[in-house]
Amino acid sequence: MKYSSEFRNPEVAKALIASINTIVAGYPGRMTLMEVCGTHTMAIYQHGIRALLPAQIRLISGPGCPVCVTPVGYVDRAVALARRPGTIIASFGDMLRVPGSSSSLLAEKARGADVRVVYSPLDAVALAEKNPQQQVVFLGVGFETTTPTIAGSVLEAKRRGLSNYFVLCSHKTMPAPMAALTADPELKVDGYLCPAHVSAIIGANAYQPLVDQFKIPCVVTGFEPLDVLQGVQMLARQVVAGEARVENQYSRIVKPEGNKKAQALLTEVFEPCDAAWRGIGVIPNSGLQLRPAYAPFNAELQLPVEVEEPKEHSGCQCGEILKGKISPRDCKLFRTACTPEAPIGACMVSSEGTCAAEYKYGG
Amino acid sequence: MCLAVPMMVKSIEGDNAICEIDGVRREASLMMVDDVAVGDYVLIHAGFAIEKLDQEDAEQTLALFRQVLAAGGMPE
Repeated sequence: MKYSSEFRNPEVAKALIASINTIVAGYPGRMTLMEVCGTHTMAIYQHGIRALLPAQIRLISGPGCPVCVTPVGYVDRAVALARRPGTIIASFGDMLRVPGSSSSLLAEKARGADVRVVYSPLDAVALAEKNPQQQVVFLGVGFETTTPTIAGSVLEAKRRGLSNYFVLCSHKTMPAPMAALTADPELKVDGYLCPAHVSAIIGANAYQPLVDQFKIPCVVTGFEPLDVLQGVQMLARQVVAGEARVENQYSRIVKPEGNKKAQALLTEVFEPCDAAWRGIGVIPNSGLQLRPAYAPFNAELQLPVEVEEPKEHSGCQCGEILKGKISPRDCKLFRTACTPEAPIGACMVSSEGTCAAEYKYGG
Repeated sequence: MCLAVPMMVKSIEGDNAICEIDGVRREASLMMVDDVAVGDYVLIHAGFAIEKLDQEDAEQTLALFRQVLAAGGMPE
């Protein structure tokens, strides 16, 4: 696989690990590095990277799995919409098993609701065109990597003159939660592995305010194992030297200013809003909502439904896990009441969730 | 969810491209990228090319890896 396999060479991995060991050799204590993105969490577990790093480096997972940070009330609304006659729910696969307060989309599908998994939001637009008598609701969940594709789908639906395509929005943005976590006195993060493909859109420069405000090293890092190891190497070097800069390990994709065309798409269709993060709470200006001009595509406004009172499982510690304060094994429900087959918390549902990754690869 | 795959552009028609990786072909929207030509590598996410891969830059990173390997892991 061109531009993938070269970034998985085990010999280079060994050399990078040796280099990391040399860099941290005299470091007194332990540095905590947070990987913010769910795709990093997966890569780190899948390739066993934690076990390869020296004792001076502790890698923790952050709030970067979009499915995991989506509040339960959103799932409840999606469930209510799935029960609405004439409605087709279209979604990326991960959302289907997320437990709401009393049901999930998968349970609704089993009861006869029309819930479909699509690869692209454009597939959902095509679905709306093919089913003019029905209302197609796309579940708009994700960070800046995904949100421009949803903006594109709204513009495409508009171009095709469709009045039966809607988006239920719960879009989140970076780096607002990173600032919230850095400011949390209970959590001591020494450096961030910044997300790869979110940064392709927002640009490496987007982390400069975080560095300026908190003097914390930020390294934009790719998702292949050698990318992750090189990202850790660059962060470790900054931490040991007492520096704080934005560095870009993933420069083959990420530009300092990001993808202007994708940013323009986002700005055309969406505007910033305060957003609720499961387990963290409301963070000002950390979400995106449809602009008033695109209200005809807003599922929440156009398809009113009664939504149940949100209820979270009392023992679920996803919130603490999303903030990097505890690891999955510290949660009493992990592997006992909460498993990938019967998940209680969102972190166990998504393949990118920290609990699901720990369950699958943690040994 | 932010996973994206580098694929080679095989043909372009209007704002859409047929891209290929390991014999798998997929259609992708070029709405978000400029100046894409057949033979370029683009990063595909949810049916859209979200960025062009800078091949020269990728080769530089790989060259850096070869240096690390040659130095046996000593910091360069």
